[in-house]
Amino acid sequence: MRAIIQYIQSYLGSDQTPGAAGNMFWALVYIMVVFAGLSVAVIAMNWLERKILAHMQVRLGPMRVGPHGLLQPIADAIKLLLKEDIMPSEADGFVFWMAPFIVVLAAFTVFVVVPFGPTHAITDMNIGILFMLGVSSLSVLGIVMAGWASNSHYPLIGALRSSAQMVSYEVAMGLAVVSAILMTSLNAEGTGTLSMIGIVQAQQAQGEWFIFKFFPLGLIAFFIFAVAMVAETNRAPFDLAEAESELTAGFHTEYSGFRWSLFFLAEYSAMIAVSSIAVTLWLGGWLRPFPNFLSGATWDRAFSLFPGVVFLLFAAMCFYNAVRMPKHPLFRIQTIGLAGFGVVLGLIGLVLFVPAVSLRVQDIFWFSAKIAGFMYLYIWYRGTFPRYRFDQLMQMGWKVLLPLGLGVLILTATVALLQQRIWHP
Amino acid sequence: MAPVATPFFFYLFAAIMVIGGVMVITRKNPVHSALALIVALLAQASIYLMLYAPFVAGVQIILYAGGIMVLFLFVIMLVSIDRSIRERQFNSQWVVGLIAATALGGLLIAVYTKGTNIFPEHALSVVENDNTQQVATMLYGQYMFPFEIASLLLLVAIIGAVVMAKKRI
Repeated sequence: MRAIIQYIQSYLGSDQTPGAAGNMFWALVYIMVVFAGLSVAVIAMNWLERKILAHMQVRLGPMRVGPHGLLQPIADAIKLLLKEDIMPSEADGFVFWMAPFIVVLAAFTVFVVVPFGPTHAITDMNIGILFMLGVSSLSVLGIVMAGWASNSHYPLIGALRSSAQMVSYEVAMGLAVVSAILMTSLNAEGTGTLSMIGIVQAQQAQGEWFIFKFFPLGLIAFFIFAVAMVAETNRAPFDLAEAESELTAGFHTEYSGFRWSLFFLAEYSAMIAVSSIAVTLWLGGWLRPFPNFLSGATWDRAFSLFPGVVFLLFAAMCFYNAVRMPKHPLFRIQTIGLAGFGVVLGLIGLVLFVPAVSLRVQDIFWFSAKIAGFMYLYIWYRGTFPRYRFDQLMQMGWKVLLPLGLGVLILTATVALLQQRIWHP
Repeated sequence: MAPVATPFFFYLFAAIMVIGGVMVITRKNPVHSALALIVALLAQASIYLMLYAPFVAGVQIILYAGGIMVLFLFVIMLVSIDRSIRERQFNSQWVVGLIAATALGGLLIAVYTKGTNIFPEHALSVVENDNTQQVATMLYGQYMFPFEIASLLLLVAIIGAVVMAKKRI
């Protein structure tokens, strides 16, 4: 018993990730925390997407279940779990059954290397970014399997479109990623790194986020990635694989109930995964904004108040809306519930003001905040851009993004070489 | 920290690979064959990991499982499955097959029995942690010329494919 406690405690003082420290217990704890956080994020995204889209289209969105429809995702989840699970009689049973699991596995496994902070990652691999790109590219296999195994026309067309699209955009995406990785090698030893934590530490050491590095080269690479990642996740305006006006629902037309919800889960967690790649490579990962201009102890202190303030703002929003609730006996439970939610958020905010807590948590906060920005962008795209036609999509991928990516890669390498050899020999 | 690369995992992945490989040639349905091939390739990536070559494993997953096999499936799905299932699956060239199998088997047995004399015993000298950097210095330093030749070969293949596919460029 004592040995076990000692094993658990032995990790606490270390400044490594649990994977690097080889501590099985904390690795499992981290895995569970990441998984739970991801599920909550997907539920929140579901609600937020419907609300924000609705407000963009001057609608109210879900309003019935819970205050402002806050409980709608839970109601949806229960509905999906209780639904009958239908398999088409001519479908290829095993492949049909496997497909959603492969998509979900690919979408969740990548979070093993996502660095939420210098020590807040499940593990740090020497090939971190390669692992993320490789495993997330496996999800296209699941999509293709789902579309083919349904033995129906719309899913097959959806799967064909999606595989062609993902394979094409992976090329541009890879080029953009390589030009960012190249920037990590601008140090005294001249060797770069593929590890996710190492990439952020390189930005920290150079005092510059890679999006601003060699302006505008970093920005263009980021732009290429930002376009390619929307295409990789099959989201609007590149959602041809599930274009509802043409293919009903694309590759998952024949899926229902629990298995459909797995596709849904995988889509949203894949969105979070590619956003976290973008955040890590170009937006400084867990680093707070303006690490070089606004440096010093005072600014550090000021920025460490941010997480608490954000939660207090959320709490204030809850109270404001609780006050504005209709004063009718039928709405009493909802009003109390909303106020209670506000109290919980406020308490979390207050806890985050404790210096010991905020010091540990602010990395996670900044990383999640940057990802949240990307999530809003995804919804914004969906609300504003019309869907591309397939030939436009291919033209964009092969004739615009790919040459642009190659050019940026060559220019980045040239400038980096010049910088190392001539300006700072 | 105990090494993960225990013989148990080697036998596990090797078994998965062999079963996957056998399934590739025995399945009637080409899509099932392609899926079995993906399983075999992923098991192969795990064996690379066990050999402390994470970079090769990552590249294996990206290129083979994520890239090439998707194109395979893409092409197979365009072909009518009904017709390809009815096609004859095995080529009855028993003599050639037998010769090839015995040759390969003999080679493997020879290596297994006399391998210690042929290959020098080579202890693991590189640390896992800078495997990627090692590969990079090898490819862009010592083996620069062969690497560029290989790239040129691929470029020629790409141009050839475009020329064959497009009548009018």
